[in-house]
Amino acid sequence: MSHSTLNAPGTEEAAAADGRMATPLAKKDPRAQLRKHKTLVYTLRIALLVAVLAFWEISVNLWFDPFFYSKPSLIWDKLVTWFTDGTAQGSIWEQIAVTLQEAVYGFVIGSVAGVVLGILLGRARLLSEVLAPFIQAANAVPRIVLSAIFIIWFGLGMESKIATATVLVFFPVFFNAFQGAREVDRNLVNNARILGASRFQVLRSIVVPSATSWILASLHTAFGFALIGAIVGEFAGSTKGVGLLISTGLAAFDSAAIYAGMVISTVLALIAELVLGYVERRLLKWRPPSQSETVAV
Amino acid sequence: MTPPLVELSHATKRFLKADGGTHTAVSDISMTVGEGEFVAVVGPTGCGKSTTLSLVSGLEPPSEGTVDVAGSPVRGIPDGVGYMFQADAMLPWRNVIANVAAGPIWRGVSKSEAHDRAQDWITRVGLGGFEKSYMHQLSGGMRKRVALAQTLVNEPRILLMDEPFSALDVQTRALMQNELLDLWSGTGTAVIFVTHDLEEAIALADRVVVMTASPARIKDDFRINLPRPRNVEELRLTPEFIETYSKVWQSLSSEVETARKQGAARVA
Ligand SMILES: Nc1ncnc2c1ncn2[C@@H]1O[C@H](COP(=O)(O)OP(=O)(O)OP(=O)(O)O)[C@@H](O)[C@H]1O
Ligand SMILES: [Mg+2]
Repeated sequence: MSHSTLNAPGTEEAAAADGRMATPLAKKDPRAQLRKHKTLVYTLRIALLVAVLAFWEISVNLWFDPFFYSKPSLIWDKLVTWFTDGTAQGSIWEQIAVTLQEAVYGFVIGSVAGVVLGILLGRARLLSEVLAPFIQAANAVPRIVLSAIFIIWFGLGMESKIATATVLVFFPVFFNAFQGAREVDRNLVNNARILGASRFQVLRSIVVPSATSWILASLHTAFGFALIGAIVGEFAGSTKGVGLLISTGLAAFDSAAIYAGMVISTVLALIAELVLGYVERRLLKWRPPSQSETVAV
Repeated sequence: MTPPLVELSHATKRFLKADGGTHTAVSDISMTVGEGEFVAVVGPTGCGKSTTLSLVSGLEPPSEGTVDVAGSPVRGIPDGVGYMFQADAMLPWRNVIANVAAGPIWRGVSKSEAHDRAQDWITRVGLGGFEKSYMHQLSGGMRKRVALAQTLVNEPRILLMDEPFSALDVQTRALMQNELLDLWSGTGTAVIFVTHDLEEAIALADRVVVMTASPARIKDDFRINLPRPRNVEELRLTPEFIETYSKVWQSLSSEVETARKQGAARVA
């Protein structure tokens, strides 16, 4: 979503490279051209979405059984019912609020822990060498399965979901922060030391900002993981939440409900992505535009 | 007698190589630099010039021998050392004024005072109006000016400069050389200036130290008796300059030739 704006300068360059800028059209205001280009991209996106939904709807109508595959119109009906009449578990907004809260808590706890530990270990060579195999082992544990253990430990409430989300978020953020802290340009550190920076000042003024772009890149995927953690946790056992809607749908063989739950979680993830993209652009405004494109993968 | 400001005596530096062996970057170097003295160091590429500076700056300890600054052995970074690195080392996420003010702030000067000093130096290096620019918005020459201001704002007693102007075009380089001489004259700062460019070395320095091909030793130490104040562009055309140049070049050229052969042998 947010990538469109970041990609824009690059696409303009691409246009220049293939010679289109040489035509008289290029004399126009470049901003107008950029706007036109953006409109085109959005139009094509909507067209693609409509085409896929239409194909799904029509092919289910013609060839497949909607009981198994559902179809966009049924999913839409389900969503409308949820939002107007509520769900079997109560108001849809309450379910969304619960899931979102679990995801946000997990995201915050997991990413703070990941950033702090990642940066510290990234700068403490001996400690990181000692701990490396243990961290690798911890990373290899199938984390989704932990959600079952967390339910035993923390019960059916929000805590167990927050724990699952935290664990899912922690590792990608930790590894990125670790890498970011390691890859700090030695020249920058040496220069700062010569200019008079203490160890702590180097950490705060050089290491943390250098690692920021690495960390922000991981936070994009991390919120997605937090949502997955919350929903999987709810799926494994809960009394509220979007994951419970999906698992009730599964129990009732109501495939439209499963898809509708997926749609809701997707929308939540996209909104979070927009917010994070905004934060990232604010924090990285010092960067030349060509570089910010590469992060936005 | 007061000790010289910088004194290397029999300093050797070895690095671990990737294959487990060691590489001797500089070998048995002895030299002194006095207060207010401008010493240029020339030598073939890869011989160990930057390594010598890192010994003086305290970033690398010597493997053998001693390095003294202001009469006491170097442990950590000595007081009063400024170092302009070969590569850009400004913080890309800070604008010009924040980069220049960084040193004083890290040394405990108040923020407003540091900004005043930074502003003063930005103006002196001719970057007035660019205080709010980020590094990627500046040209190579402007970045060198930022680096210069960033180093000088700390008012170093010893200024280490590693090929500061080698990436600049000829005109900008001459301009920066003259500006450097202006900024330096009368400050009493000792300068160790590493360069590939013999003309630059002679035009700026009181002494030109010639280093051998790797591992670097000191081959010659020429005193440059050209009058100050100097204008580098005019100086270049004087017969005294040309005479000095050919004398130093004789010493340097054989080392450059050796280094070239070493390089060819390594590639082969
Ligand atoms: N940290 C290091 N680890 C291993 N080897 C190093 C290190 N620093 C320098 N060297 C080696 O020491 C030698 C001298 O390096 P140095 O950077 O001092 O050369 P230089 O004279 O400054 O070269 P140039 O003129 O190209 O800048 C080189 O062969 C280099 O590979
Ligand atoms: Mg060098």
